[in-house]
Amino acid sequence: MNRRKFLIGGATAAGALIVGYAFWPSRRLARADQLAAKSGERFVASWIKLANDGTITVVVPHCDMGTGIFTALSQMAADELDADWDKVRAETAPADPLFANGPLAEGFALEQVNIRGDSIPGFLRGGATGSLRVLAEYLDVQTTGGSSAVRFTGVYGMRVAGAAVREMLVKAAAAQMNAPAGEFRTEMSRVIHVPTGKSFGYGELAAAAAEYAPSARPKLKSASEFRFIGRPVPRLDIPAKVNGSTHYGIDTQFPDMYYAAIRISPVFGGKLVSLDEAPIARSRGVKKVVRFDDAVVVVADRLWRARNAVEVLQPVFNNAGNENISSKTIRDAQLAALNDGKIKKDLTTGVGAEALKNGKLVERLYNVPYLAHAPMEPPNATALYKKDGTLEVWSGTQDGLGSRAFCAKAAGLSLDKVTFHLLPSGGGFGRRLPGFWNFLTYAVKTAMAVPGVPVKLVFTREQEMQHDFYRPNVTSRFKAVVNHDGMPEAWVNDYTTDEDPNPEAHIFYAVPNQAYGTAKVAAYVPTGPWRSVEASWHGFFIESFIDELAHEAKKDPLEFRRELLQEKPRHLATLNLAAEKAGWGTPLPAGRGRGIAIFECFGTIVVHVAEVEVSDAGAVKVHRFTSAADCGTAVNPDGFRAQVESAVIFGLSAALYGEITIEHGAVEQQNFTDYEVVRLADTPEIEVHIHESDAPLGGAGEPGIPPVAPAVVNAIFAATEVRIRELPVKNQPLAVSARRG
Amino acid sequence: MGIRLNVNGVVHDLDVEPDAPLLWVIRDELNLTGTKFGCGVAACGACTVHVNGKATRSCVVPVGSVAGAQITTIEGLGAGAPTAVQQAWIEHQVPQCGYCQSGMIMAVSALLATNPAPTDDQLAAAITNICRCGTFPRIRAAVRDLAARKASGGAR
Repeated sequence: MNRRKFLIGGATAAGALIVGYAFWPSRRLARADQLAAKSGERFVASWIKLANDGTITVVVPHCDMGTGIFTALSQMAADELDADWDKVRAETAPADPLFANGPLAEGFALEQVNIRGDSIPGFLRGGATGSLRVLAEYLDVQTTGGSSAVRFTGVYGMRVAGAAVREMLVKAAAAQMNAPAGEFRTEMSRVIHVPTGKSFGYGELAAAAAEYAPSARPKLKSASEFRFIGRPVPRLDIPAKVNGSTHYGIDTQFPDMYYAAIRISPVFGGKLVSLDEAPIARSRGVKKVVRFDDAVVVVADRLWRARNAVEVLQPVFNNAGNENISSKTIRDAQLAALNDGKIKKDLTTGVGAEALKNGKLVERLYNVPYLAHAPMEPPNATALYKKDGTLEVWSGTQDGLGSRAFCAKAAGLSLDKVTFHLLPSGGGFGRRLPGFWNFLTYAVKTAMAVPGVPVKLVFTREQEMQHDFYRPNVTSRFKAVVNHDGMPEAWVNDYTTDEDPNPEAHIFYAVPNQAYGTAKVAAYVPTGPWRSVEASWHGFFIESFIDELAHEAKKDPLEFRRELLQEKPRHLATLNLAAEKAGWGTPLPAGRGRGIAIFECFGTIVVHVAEVEVSDAGAVKVHRFTSAADCGTAVNPDGFRAQVESAVIFGLSAALYGEITIEHGAVEQQNFTDYEVVRLADTPEIEVHIHESDAPLGGAGEPGIPPVAPAVVNAIFAATEVRIRELPVKNQPLAVSARRG
Repeated sequence: MGIRLNVNGVVHDLDVEPDAPLLWVIRDELNLTGTKFGCGVAACGACTVHVNGKATRSCVVPVGSVAGAQITTIEGLGAGAPTAVQQAWIEHQVPQCGYCQSGMIMAVSALLATNPAPTDDQLAAAITNICRCGTFPRIRAAVRDLAARKASGGAR
């Protein structure tokens, strides 16, 4: 498996195999106390601290980028602990190898193994799960991505740790009373001796409990015993987010610190050729100009002074021969790659493309554009290179430990000389994942140019819009053959890619003969994972094409999908739930249409029904989204619904408006003024219904995205009979005068 | 020379250029970091503060133009206790990443001060702030709730 796949996943979780959990020997706990325990508290097991006053702190090896995982993970630990919720806190784990996320590595390893159909390889299985933790350390894993926190860290880590701590507390009480452990029960952060009614608070027992070794296989609760899992517990982080007191990376402040503004070569790959610093030599507050291969940084005593100065400079960059690259040349290259016959075969089922010979052929081509992540907090980092040769960095990223290792490498220092403070992020969406840390590189190297002074480097929105790692632009071609009943017998899908084939292209519909292939296109624009990654484009392609086949067959799009999902009870139930709640088939006012789409990724199935109005003048108004989702059990149903609502809005921004275009080798868009996103006025009514099932826990942050765009274009087709095959919708003429029959 | 600025009832005499953006003076001179930078061109509203009670996108306001005005930031909203808007934000579990919410709450608070029961259309016309987490459905629900309480004469 390649490292990126390993880190961010992206396939369907196939197993709920809990293989245990690596607990820390006492010397590890002592080191954890040193790193992250305050006076009066101690680590009792991995991820859980108990204080003498009974406070339970869940130490989370993830970042808070807004999805509510600190609360969900605390619910999972607290449930097994029989905790008093009022005494539960959550905090970010230190960016230290000791806190590498073994459960996350384990989850991804199992996922990868399961989709390949292999057994767990020896190097992952050996020594219970200890080696997996070592693997996580080796990979510097504290990643937040792949909708993984609850389904991996929660399932393999937090529940097991919580249950083990509960057993230790019972042992401590039993020893104090010299009574068998079986005579005790736990409730509301107390251990109760059933025969006598005598009870102990967890705080009283904390020090004694910490003396026991945590069990690697504690008894876990059954679902009927849950008190917090499955409940809409209010989020722990929200009170500080309504009064401005949450400190994000960008809020890192020190007296007499410096600030830095950057200008990067607008053309990708361009190098700095010359720079005249004279125009800012006398500018107030300017401290230093730092030259990079591909960028110029100005350091000043205030950020606005640094920014004004960098805008005065006229650095000369070369174009590295890329000045003629444009969206059109990229598209032409994609079409050439799809048409030149050099398709690399991926999966084939049945007789594959052979089946195209018999029956009526339907062929379609689709395209999605590059997209920016555009998180509200622009990328930034504060770094201090001390005179003793150590480095300290503060930033919001999607992997604290990985960031520390990355900064060490950028600075040419060993890991022990670098401290990294992971702070909450003002949105991530993939932008802050490992591999996409250009802001850390520039910040660290700038700090090394002004030793002894902390310096905060902040991308302007314009720099971020032009130097993101974009959701790829992808073209996909389908060929299907349908039988006399209009149902597909063959499904052949070739699409462009700049890396490996995507399992997300493989359909769950019952089509007997399938073939998939990829057409390699050279990368020019830097690309990266964007909320739901490969599913973000294959969801649009597959669910648009299946809708077209339904209309070709003159069948209702819901009924057509049902026919192809007879062997998939979860998919069918989720589809039916959304359709029923949306009033599928009931009459709509003139000019409106309904569209449906279903997709499964990160272990969760999501169905959206969009209700869209298109005016005679061609204006699109999305009135309503009715959504249904099956994620097994929603650990926090209100939080899960919030993630699906969020996905609808984020997905609508992309479907309706989102587009990064290239001209003369550079990104054309600059800011939210020309990279339009959904605001309150565009927000439809959104209803989210949860279909509970016995499936393993699925992800929440990403699975709502893929079916958004196809639900919208399918609804536009229902309203207008115009089929949109290239996003975004805003580029398609939809006025009555422009519609063709 | 210096600029006299009244922020959250505290008067500051600052040695800054009159064309320095109010946002950065609030954040980097006064160390009030609840007000956020999002776009720098008044397109997103993350930097919204009140200038004499009016919602204002501070990233494009030269500090010299608001000398002497009453400026309120998220830190100065309410008198120590959460306001009705902040409470509604908690009740409806509005924030996700939370980065835009200072600006959102300042914008909504200014709207409700002049129109305590806005319709959905009035709300959408007045609040054009961007939230990339997509908390809009909950913002709308929270404001509907506040408006309904106002209409029924409920206490704030």
